[in-house]
Amino acid sequence: MAMITADPKDVPQVASFEWTAENLAIAKGFVAQYPAGRQASAVIACLDLAQRQSGGWLPRVAMDHVAKFLDMAPIRVYEIATFYTMFSLKPRGKYLLQVCTTTPCWLRGSDAVMKACREVTGVGPGEVSADGLFSTMEVECLGACVNAPMIQINDTFYEDLDETSTKKVLEALKRGETPKPGPQVDRQTSAPVGGPTTLSTIRSE
Amino acid sequence: MLKDEDRIFTNLYGLHDWGLEGARKRGAWDGTAAILAKGRDWIIDEMKKSGLRGRGGAGFPTGLKWSFMPKEVGARPHYLVVNADESEPGTCKDRDILRHDPHTLIEGCLIASFAMQAHAAYIYVRGEFYDEAMRLKAAVKQAYDAGLLGDNACGSGWKMDVYVHRGAGAYICGEETALLESLEGKKGMPRLKPPFPAGAGLYGCPSTVNNVESIAVAPTILRRGAAWFAGIGRPNNTGTKVFCISGHVNKPCNVEEEMGIPLRELIEKHAGGVRGGWDNLLAVIPGGASVPLLPKSICDEVLMDFDSLRNVQSGLGTAAVIVMDKSTDVIKAIARLSYFYKHESCGQCTPCREGTGWMWRVMERMVKGEARIEEIDVLHDVTKQVEGHTICALGDAAAWPIQGLIRHFRPLMEQRINERQSRRIAAE
Repeated sequence: MAMITADPKDVPQVASFEWTAENLAIAKGFVAQYPAGRQASAVIACLDLAQRQSGGWLPRVAMDHVAKFLDMAPIRVYEIATFYTMFSLKPRGKYLLQVCTTTPCWLRGSDAVMKACREVTGVGPGEVSADGLFSTMEVECLGACVNAPMIQINDTFYEDLDETSTKKVLEALKRGETPKPGPQVDRQTSAPVGGPTTLSTIRSE
Repeated sequence: MLKDEDRIFTNLYGLHDWGLEGARKRGAWDGTAAILAKGRDWIIDEMKKSGLRGRGGAGFPTGLKWSFMPKEVGARPHYLVVNADESEPGTCKDRDILRHDPHTLIEGCLIASFAMQAHAAYIYVRGEFYDEAMRLKAAVKQAYDAGLLGDNACGSGWKMDVYVHRGAGAYICGEETALLESLEGKKGMPRLKPPFPAGAGLYGCPSTVNNVESIAVAPTILRRGAAWFAGIGRPNNTGTKVFCISGHVNKPCNVEEEMGIPLRELIEKHAGGVRGGWDNLLAVIPGGASVPLLPKSICDEVLMDFDSLRNVQSGLGTAAVIVMDKSTDVIKAIARLSYFYKHESCGQCTPCREGTGWMWRVMERMVKGEARIEEIDVLHDVTKQVEGHTICALGDAAAWPIQGLIRHFRPLMEQRINERQSRRIAAE
């Protein structure tokens, strides 16, 4: 159970929050997915959108705006923002490194991946690097266990890592490049290294 | 070994086109309207005859679950909810269905919804699966554009809407009633049952929550017939299953195989064997983090299905096989899972909220041997006090891995405590 306060003190002042015109249309699209009067169902989607619009975290005014938009009591929205781990009430680096250290990743060397993250970014879990580029989080199973160990960087999974390849990915981000997502070894998604043992008779045609 | 022609997820690895055109070439959306025309009683009966048991972990018969929905639609609409909040450690099968074979799931949503008289299906995808959710949304749009969903789905006259709903990071939302709470825009805290979702589920309306794989296999079962599916595997444990093999194997992978395949064959045929050879095996967690581990002596012979694994006091769970070789500190491996459950407890029930933290702290001491031998019994006793005393199964899931460790590795735990004690005495 996450112990997070809904109102951290050491965050920048943000005076106001309004949906951009584009995001307003997207948010209305979220609400339209649910029956009339059930707009609260869109709260996670709206908070995610607000977090993206705010640069990766949720200022109080953004949560309040979502509450008003969905006709919810603000406390109900704060509850959501503090219950689910993907929401942050504090600013984060441009790249959020979510390092999975649960048993399947740990068995295959997530300690080395965490070490590489620490060495390249200069900070440990919960901190933001001096250049503002990276923040690191130790997270629970992200559901890519046959490609362990892995990290999620913003929306993208980087899999089959070791210390060297983790550093390579992070250095590429530092240079402003976009590293190739998915497995960092020669491998097709979740198939065994060296090629699938099944499905050889399936043709595209 | 299962033949390719009997595999349902023919694009498991994303080697082919995930889109509608590719899916159709591989057999999806073939004669869907004809299946619906046979009527809901036929569909549910056929699902029952196939012997399909839910693929999300509990193994409840899917056809029977569908039959619990009210026969007549009253004032409240019916809903299908698909659980794609895949987060059981070790498990990554639904991810491959979402990103590589999404049309099997969407077609399954239509058929299952029709059978339960639902006009809307919500697919709850874990928030971290961003790319997968976008892929699924794109596939849903393809289905609408082709008239497979919408006001007259597949020309059947049935109105069908499928929505993709993203979560935001909470293991507990994989529990069906927590998922419903989350879908309603609340914290994911499990509900007391009864009422069961079939009576009062989403928005208080009759609902059925099914795992991705359970829904995605339905179209193929109905196309090829219940007898075909029931002919694979063993009685009461029928069909094919996507296994996830992770940990200390040479080639970790997902693979669709026959239910009841021997664990050893599964690992050696598809995952390149245990690192350092079979004799280097220490233990296997056969069904995702929640089920008790098995020592090598049981792994030598055990079959991978619900009943076989239950007979050895473990479970098939999600069929996520986590392999540990002899280099593993197995106490630490289980302690890490205890931390997981402490982190993921929603905090609603006291035995779980307090118990998961307590068990984790004691497990951390067990890792170092900083404990007394009697405390192993105390730990076991506490797992028994948590198990069965909470609203949902998270408390049980936190208790079982520790119980499995004590059952099979108690001598190792005692040895570590004794070694630490002798080191301390020597130092004094």
